[in-house]
Amino acid sequence: MTAIQETHTAHHDDHADGHHHDHPSWLAHHFDDAEQQFDSGKLGMWLFLVTEVLFFSGMFCAYALYRNRNPEVFEFCSAFLNEKLGAINTGVLLFSSLTMAWAVRAAQLRQHKLLVGMLGATLGCAAIFLGVKAVEYSHKWELGLLPGKFYVAQVGGHHGAHKGYLEMLCTVPAIVTALFAVYAIYAWASKSLFHQRVAGPLLTAGICFFGGVMLGQYLEAQEEAKGHAGHHEHHSMVQGHVDHDSHEHAAASDTHASDHGAAAAKPTSPAIEMGGSPDVYIASEELATPNANVNQKSMAGLFFSIYYCMTGVHAVHIIGGMIVIAWLIVKASREEFHEQYFGPVDNVGLYWHLVDFIWIYLFPLLYLIT
Amino acid sequence: MSVVDRPIASPGYSEADSYPTHHFLNHSKGFLSWALTLDHKRIGLMYLVGVMASFALGGAFALAIRIHLWNFKDGWLTNQQYNQVFTLHGAIMVFLFIIPSVPAALGNFLLPIMLGTKDVAFPRLNLSSFYLWLTGLVLFLTALSVTGLDTGWTFYTPYSIETQQGGAVLAATFGVFVLGFSSIFTGLNFIVTINTMRPPGMTWFRMPLFLWAVYATSIIQVLATPVLGITVLLLSAERLLGIGIFDPKLNGDPVTFQHFFWFYSHPAVYIMILPAMGIISELMSVHCHKGIFGYRMIAYSSIAIALFGFLVWGHHMFTSGMADVTAVVFSALTFTVSIPSAIKVFNWLGTMYQGTVSLNTPMLYALAFIFLFTIGGLTGLPLGALSTDMHFHDTYFVVAHFHYVMMGGTLVAFLGGVFHWWPKMTGKMFNDKLGMVSAIIVFIGFNLTFLPQFVLGSRGMPRRYATYLPEFQPLHQLSTIGSMTLGFGLLLALVVLLLSLINGKKAPRNPWGGATLEWMCSSPPPHDNFSSAPTVGDPYDFSNIEYDGRTGSYVKRS
Amino acid sequence: MTFILADKVAPYAWFPEGASSFAPQVDSLFTVIMWICVLFFVPIVIAMGYFMVAFRERPGYRGSPEALHNNLIEITWTVVPTIIVVWIFWEGAMGYLDMARIPKGTIDVNVTAKKWQWAFKYENGGEHEVIPVEDSVVRELPLLVLPVNRDIKIIMRSDDVLHSFYIPAFRAKRDVVPGRYNYLWFHTTKEGTYDLYCTEYCGDNHSQMLAKVKVVSEEEYRKALEKAIQEPEDPLERGKLLYKRQGCSTCHNAGAEGASGPGPSYNGSWGKQVPLENGSEVAFDENYVRESILNPQAKARKGYGKASPMNSYAGKLKDDQIDALITFIKSLENAAPAAK
Repeated sequence: MTAIQETHTAHHDDHADGHHHDHPSWLAHHFDDAEQQFDSGKLGMWLFLVTEVLFFSGMFCAYALYRNRNPEVFEFCSAFLNEKLGAINTGVLLFSSLTMAWAVRAAQLRQHKLLVGMLGATLGCAAIFLGVKAVEYSHKWELGLLPGKFYVAQVGGHHGAHKGYLEMLCTVPAIVTALFAVYAIYAWASKSLFHQRVAGPLLTAGICFFGGVMLGQYLEAQEEAKGHAGHHEHHSMVQGHVDHDSHEHAAASDTHASDHGAAAAKPTSPAIEMGGSPDVYIASEELATPNANVNQKSMAGLFFSIYYCMTGVHAVHIIGGMIVIAWLIVKASREEFHEQYFGPVDNVGLYWHLVDFIWIYLFPLLYLIT
Repeated sequence: MSVVDRPIASPGYSEADSYPTHHFLNHSKGFLSWALTLDHKRIGLMYLVGVMASFALGGAFALAIRIHLWNFKDGWLTNQQYNQVFTLHGAIMVFLFIIPSVPAALGNFLLPIMLGTKDVAFPRLNLSSFYLWLTGLVLFLTALSVTGLDTGWTFYTPYSIETQQGGAVLAATFGVFVLGFSSIFTGLNFIVTINTMRPPGMTWFRMPLFLWAVYATSIIQVLATPVLGITVLLLSAERLLGIGIFDPKLNGDPVTFQHFFWFYSHPAVYIMILPAMGIISELMSVHCHKGIFGYRMIAYSSIAIALFGFLVWGHHMFTSGMADVTAVVFSALTFTVSIPSAIKVFNWLGTMYQGTVSLNTPMLYALAFIFLFTIGGLTGLPLGALSTDMHFHDTYFVVAHFHYVMMGGTLVAFLGGVFHWWPKMTGKMFNDKLGMVSAIIVFIGFNLTFLPQFVLGSRGMPRRYATYLPEFQPLHQLSTIGSMTLGFGLLLALVVLLLSLINGKKAPRNPWGGATLEWMCSSPPPHDNFSSAPTVGDPYDFSNIEYDGRTGSYVKRS
Repeated sequence: MTFILADKVAPYAWFPEGASSFAPQVDSLFTVIMWICVLFFVPIVIAMGYFMVAFRERPGYRGSPEALHNNLIEITWTVVPTIIVVWIFWEGAMGYLDMARIPKGTIDVNVTAKKWQWAFKYENGGEHEVIPVEDSVVRELPLLVLPVNRDIKIIMRSDDVLHSFYIPAFRAKRDVVPGRYNYLWFHTTKEGTYDLYCTEYCGDNHSQMLAKVKVVSEEEYRKALEKAIQEPEDPLERGKLLYKRQGCSTCHNAGAEGASGPGPSYNGSWGKQVPLENGSEVAFDENYVRESILNPQAKARKGYGKASPMNSYAGKLKDDQIDALITFIKSLENAAPAAK
């Protein structure tokens, strides 16, 4: 036992000498030096990005399979996606990648105010993106452009009944923005520089979300206004049938159903031919709709399933990224980053670039088909 | 600032070396010191308890199956219940036990110590991995209690889309999703740790083979598991939103689900076996007191298995109606993976040759592994060959094959590893004689359970059958008797381990005579593992390791 | 060593008796693989046992602590197994291609799988019979009758979930996938009765989704076919069967089933006056029904003038079959019109 006691004292003496490990607060205890910490963080983030790519690849695979099998379905459905909004979202995300990269630079150069500003700008762009997305989604839901078995066959007319989906989607952002506003007031009142630095970007982001919503609505309205002319060829078949559908009669409907059934059953589209499956589900009521071979649950519904899965999972990643960027803003407001410790900003930047990169693929694949 | 053990470099040891007063187990006390620990050793131990509990649960379901199958009909379960029991057995064993077992329980504990470093690269991520695992467990227990999970662990559509709207399937698929992330983060952590935190002097080819194995496993975890994640996510969306991708009623394709599922689940079996093989490399060399035969080939073959394992998933689906060319290509690739595994077995035998073989509990498990894994691997040959697979697919032949590799392979190696490193982790020695008895009973019981199943399968008995034709009854009853024996042997192993905690002798620093770094720190190790970066030597240089009668430990003479 | 030899039929030999042309290839490939396994496994176990004893730790013995290394041995035990597995792969692939390439001139059987029952339909439209079984988990099973020494093609589809069609005696298996047709063929070589299993998990009674396959002489097969197409004696039952088998149900509706096509319903029509397309009315009686079967356009119902024309069944239905159909339609006299 004596030996151990000796050992203890020996160590204590060592510490008393000041021969302590010099681990500054930003260097984790288990790393030997800053370089090891930085390299670890970077490799870790790259590996995580690889897993994200593989995660999305499953959906890209599904996309490829079904587009290859039913190209006409994808062409038909792409028309329902607003390219203008998609393009704006693409531009917004690209810009946010710029601000994010700039933030990394600012962190390296100890430009704390610029860093917070750039992080805030990135956050704001992400919020705009989500705002536009909220408009896109709610508009589609009103039209009945839903995934899979919930898909409602489109029979012309562009206005679904106003069902308040957009308001629903905006509830949580509204609450969050309100909380940020309260926080901002508190920060201004408490005169704490730290809180002011954090509250500013957060509140701005909240407001940007609604900016995105307004932008989205403005463009959607524009689209609809001139769209009646443009969309008319697309829905031309629809108009003729609207009157037709309105007077159904037990006997008559059988005949008409048989007409449509015959039309739908004619092997003009590769889908019916190649599908070859006796079990492709075409509900009899769907046979009466225009473009029945694509305009039904098992066809267009499939496209929208893929659309919502891909853009939905992407949106979840945007939200995740926003939370992490907010955390970075908190740390940046405490001026924690410098040339030896900027790994978190750099690595979150990498993640953000990937989120942007995935959108760059999603946009043409979904929006720009025709 | 914690009190640490002495630096390793000094030659010779005194009694002070034998049992430390301060170590990672008593470094801090209280529930929160464990619940919020960032110490990889504590995390490893928590995983160990967790996976062993899951194994017991999955094992209970297995025994329920075997008891039910004693009679060819009117077993003690209804058909519905039987279907749920085999589903839960499979899902719990695969996702809660086997995949995490070696990497998370043993790997977490050993990896930093074998590297001579203080912890893994991301200790907080490590703790989150554990909590994700725990969440997965809770979700599975939910599925259990809600009842209705009867899809098979493979969740094939469209059955898994339609069945049982009670929430059990969703709970299980979310559980799988969460467990997937636990696995991914563990793998990510290990890759970064091995890449950036090796000590000076430890080049890649001076790493212990257990670390090569864990590294290869981590590559698979990182690359394959996300695909499982998206698969179960899409399956949940199918159930909730009817997205239609896998549902033939909505023009989807059920075979696509199989492709997605097996793209992960085949590499997953290499996640299961590679770390086990790593353990065997360690056990063989230490208990034969001899350097491993063909170190480089074993290291390369681990990486080869990891990479080739991604190319062969189609061999689970040969009868699904895939194109001929596809089937032929998958079959050819499947055989390429068999070669590296065979090489390893020969290398381990080569390690025994002219070694000094100590027969103890870990060594017996290692020898059992070689016997059982060889059978498992060889019976993969008629399954990889297309024409014979047409007969064997989805029969009990497959069931026997995968139990030989997963249980006779991974579980047996896991047990060997637990016994081997038990003194290091707990500071206690177990009753070796009793341990050896447990190994022998497990070995006999296992063979009795699963050898008859090869014949059952080749004679046509299909899988997942709650009832069967009377002609199969004798073999089934033999198998059930075997399973009871096996269960008893495993229980005995557990008793041996638990007894050691109560009245086991204190373990010396190096009870077996290993040369890797974990044997250079005390048993149990101190909180920080090493006070300064230890001197790195050849992990398989046994030339100057000798037994020191006074301390009961092996020591390194310089 | 019955254990290893695959050509014995005794219980606990590896395989049930082979009854198709695939069996010899599969069985012999398996036998060779098993011998190869034995050739590797036995020496490995012997070596293990020997080393355990010869090199065990004991006073006075000191083994070599150095890692051994031998390039020649390592290359050998890499190359030799590689050659062996390439051979195994090749044999397996060739056997498989034979199984996968369906020859011409097969006798086709349509198989429909649904939870939890097999349904077989022969080339002449006849359906399977159900036979009682003893000593089994169920009391009766569908029976598939096949001729010996012929190429048989199975065309399979599923009504609901995945199933799998497996006849161990034929060494033949293929999954039945909903949403498409899968194909399987084999050449029967031996008369006898064999088991058929569903071997892809499909739910509660998966293990009871069995069938029997009986391979018989050409003569007996033809008799079985005729029996399969036979119609029941009772006119009402016969009419019901014909209504389905002749495809009437695809366009008309009867009883509770909803309208599936463009033809008029039979419900509640019997004995009443029904309006015709040309403005007149006619009594819905035996004469009207018979005429409409043989000459559908003669008295088309009102509202069905533009419907897809029904094909005539003249020459396709015998008189007593028409009588049976009339009996059936008559039985729907009081049936309410079905909801769409």
